[in-house]
Amino acid sequence: MTLTAEPGTPATTAPPRPPQPLRHRLAERGVDWTLLLILPAVLIIGALFVYPFLYGLSISFQPLEGGDPLANYTDFFGDPYLRDSIWKTLRLAVPVAVLSVAAAAPLAFRMRRDFPGRRIVTLVVLLPLTFGSVLIAQGMTQVFSPTGWTNLLLTSLGVPQQQFIYNYTGTFIATTLVSIPFAFVMLMGFFGGIDRSIEDAAATLGASRAARFWRIIMPLAVPGLITAFTLCLVEAFAVFPSAILVGQPDNATHVLTLPIYQAASQRSDYPAAAAIAVVMTVLELVILGVLMLLRNRLYRGPATGGKG
Amino acid sequence: MSVAEQTTGAGTQGSTFGSLQMRQVSRWYGKTAALTDLDLELAHGEFVALLGPSGCGKSTALACLAGLQPLTTGSIWRDGKRIDSLPADKRGFGMVFQSYALFPHLTVARNVEFGLSMRKVPRAERRRRAQAALDLVQLADHAGKLPSQLSGGQQQRVAIARALAIDPEIVLMDEPLSNLDAALRIEMRTEIKRLYQERELSVLYVTHDQEEALSLATRLVVLRGGRLEQSGTPEQVYTQPASAYVAGFMGYRNMISARVEQVESDPRRVCVVAGDLWLQGTADPAAGLRAGSEVMVAIRPEDIVPGRAGVNDVPALAEVVEYHGRELAVRARTERGVVLHFRTEKPVAAGARVTLGAPEERVLVFPAEGRAEVPDDAHG
Amino acid sequence: MTTADIAAGPPPRTRRERPTLTAVITWVAAGCFVAVILGVLASVVVQSFATTWRGGWWPAGLTATWYGRAWSSTGMSQALANTAQAGVAVVVIALLAGVPAGYLLARRAFPGRSVVMLLMLLPIILPPMTYAVQLAALMYRVGLGGSMTAVVLVNLVPTLPLVVLIMVPFVEQISPEVENAARVFGANNLRLFSRVLVPLLLPGMLAAGILVLVRTLGAFELTFFVSAADTQTLVVALFGAISDPGGVPGPLTAAMAVTYMLVAVLGLAVSLRFVTPSQAIRQRHR
Repeated sequence: MTLTAEPGTPATTAPPRPPQPLRHRLAERGVDWTLLLILPAVLIIGALFVYPFLYGLSISFQPLEGGDPLANYTDFFGDPYLRDSIWKTLRLAVPVAVLSVAAAAPLAFRMRRDFPGRRIVTLVVLLPLTFGSVLIAQGMTQVFSPTGWTNLLLTSLGVPQQQFIYNYTGTFIATTLVSIPFAFVMLMGFFGGIDRSIEDAAATLGASRAARFWRIIMPLAVPGLITAFTLCLVEAFAVFPSAILVGQPDNATHVLTLPIYQAASQRSDYPAAAAIAVVMTVLELVILGVLMLLRNRLYRGPATGGKG
Repeated sequence: MSVAEQTTGAGTQGSTFGSLQMRQVSRWYGKTAALTDLDLELAHGEFVALLGPSGCGKSTALACLAGLQPLTTGSIWRDGKRIDSLPADKRGFGMVFQSYALFPHLTVARNVEFGLSMRKVPRAERRRRAQAALDLVQLADHAGKLPSQLSGGQQQRVAIARALAIDPEIVLMDEPLSNLDAALRIEMRTEIKRLYQERELSVLYVTHDQEEALSLATRLVVLRGGRLEQSGTPEQVYTQPASAYVAGFMGYRNMISARVEQVESDPRRVCVVAGDLWLQGTADPAAGLRAGSEVMVAIRPEDIVPGRAGVNDVPALAEVVEYHGRELAVRARTERGVVLHFRTEKPVAAGARVTLGAPEERVLVFPAEGRAEVPDDAHG
Repeated sequence: MTTADIAAGPPPRTRRERPTLTAVITWVAAGCFVAVILGVLASVVVQSFATTWRGGWWPAGLTATWYGRAWSSTGMSQALANTAQAGVAVVVIALLAGVPAGYLLARRAFPGRSVVMLLMLLPIILPPMTYAVQLAALMYRVGLGGSMTAVVLVNLVPTLPLVVLIMVPFVEQISPEVENAARVFGANNLRLFSRVLVPLLLPGMLAAGILVLVRTLGAFELTFFVSAADTQTLVVALFGAISDPGGVPGPLTAAMAVTYMLVAVLGLAVSLRFVTPSQAIRQRHR
């Protein structure tokens, strides 16, 4: 008997009885031919997602000019302009995620009940998700331009003209417009999962609307809120087209994706682009890990109060 | 008890509960009526069971009473005060939900304390009363657990303890036993009856199970399509159902379509024919039956007597015999194919010829109506 | 209001809850959001019909000629064809690979199941920019860079897991007893699949397929890095036109954008009918 048994073949000690055929023993553990059904999906994701990650990691240590394998990383962290893109990304992504959840949560909460026009409101809120940030940015260049509808409205109300686009604000607005629907869709699911009869029970026990919200709904919704916040943050962290189209890509909105784009598309320096993408992925995974850990420390049982 | 009276909802202060009334209450969902002009009263100390098949409006009635759903028309009164505009949290009823509706993030103790903390009861007092309520349902050992760690029956007992902890004068129960298995259901039924007797509660209890209703209630209210069909003591409803619908719900398993042959000088006594079955039966004179009227005859299996009874005798062939312990449940068929269910303590074998009879006063004759409306699950 | 007041008054037809301050704030904020979204979209539509529109409430004149120009000069017809081609290919492949995988993940426990689940989750959680460039580099390395094949392949990365994750709850809602019944009554694997599973899973597959289509339509980053001029999809062509400093006229890009919107709205409108699996299941069982 060796320790290097075939994967999936349980190492066995000398059996007192004639051994079951291998097929039976594997079937007992859920391994049989039907498992092949999953193979295409696993192969595709392996080849197009996992492998590219490893490939990107390996070429990031092979700079175009050769030499120091860490050159791409030292270049990135050594250049204050490039290094600052991390800070600029955070400065954009964190407020966007906070605002998105803060704006989407009350709306999603009220969407639990049916009311006339519910479908219409849902449809309009979902439009940005379907169109994507490129189209939103296209429309913003007109609506938020110095002589666009927004500024015309503001000046008619006596507010001085504002510069909304081609700066931090522009990217912030564009990202938020896509991020709110994203949070909204997730939170609708979370709030919808809270059993209505739990609220009813609280009401019959004398809990006012405010008490029901703070004592029952919120504790049950917090894990969902954290999840929504995390995914919004992760998504906004990778903001790309709107940083170029309505932002100030060389300065205020020089976010992490821009050096990736410049290295890959403009200089065809894929190793350098891959190195920055690796940095970004690591940061994303850290954000995910920390927030999910936080979520798991809170209550995350069922949101229904019994059977039914 | 006095704490509860001081702290229950604003509209009920200082008064001891006398009666709760729904007057002409209707509830519409869009264009369909769930309740139509329902009058319902719950007096102090009563245990009223609202009985009907699913979709008859009984849960809607309860939700309207609790303030969880608005009325479309009508009003709700408590001791002469109108309360239908009070929100649910100001009505001060205890309520037990079909799905238990325990707060999944709070411990059992916290669940039971919830209503008390809403009433700003001081912490020590709250603890004591929650403990007492849990003792009452014999769950004191589980106070620190989360609801998801309890079994279905235990969760249901927590739900009851939670409703009773606020010392409500009125307890509303919405099919509280329907999610439990058969053995546990009977046990919890006894438990609910005990609590009702010990605590002198007034209970409004919604159920679709006639056995549950009969064994618990002091008064039965049968609903049909959102309207009141019959109201009375369990005995009244059981022995004198007001319609074929109620009879079908009350264990009258033999429901036979028939035609009136003759109405006697006493209009209560009618003679009906169904195939080769000639029956002397009893009808409500108000039904206005005449010779030739289409009718529905309702007979309970227990009321059919095998062996010559002298009245309503008919020969039949025993087809299916089920052993039920002390007695046998038999399905028999007459020569012309009328199926009769009866019970007997004497041995009968499948294929045996029997003569069946039934006393005239236990053969109930109702005007015919759509049989489809008699619920399938009503035959106990 | 006290109970005495109510007793004296006429019977209220329905009890309406008084709107709270938070409700008012919520609805005002939602109104602003909806207004901005509709404004942004409306401005694109208006601009696409404008002769010129440098600013102000309304353009100087209206014309429909931009659509003709967009069609002929910007390679939009090519982009439209590419989008349709890539969309269909991605939907078909994602469904073919994703539905069986979703079925297995829902029904079976096997060693490594949680690893596979994680593999399916990560491409959805991580934004495309974290892997788009590496994937493009790989595509160029194996000689697929700029080809339609590459466009289809990269778009499979986020969409295939989407199919899997949509199918899992769908399959879970179908009682395994239905399958056992089919087997007991003599259905072999093929019959079980074609006569029982496919009809039951059809709503889920439809929902997943439409979501994949919408997602592929809007996928910018992945397609952007891997496509060439003759293989780009609508959204990439649109980005190119907007960011081109050489000045594609605003109304021309707007006309492109409106075309893109129409295609996307069609997808969304259809998908909303099916979007929640539970809904679709309920519709079938009614």
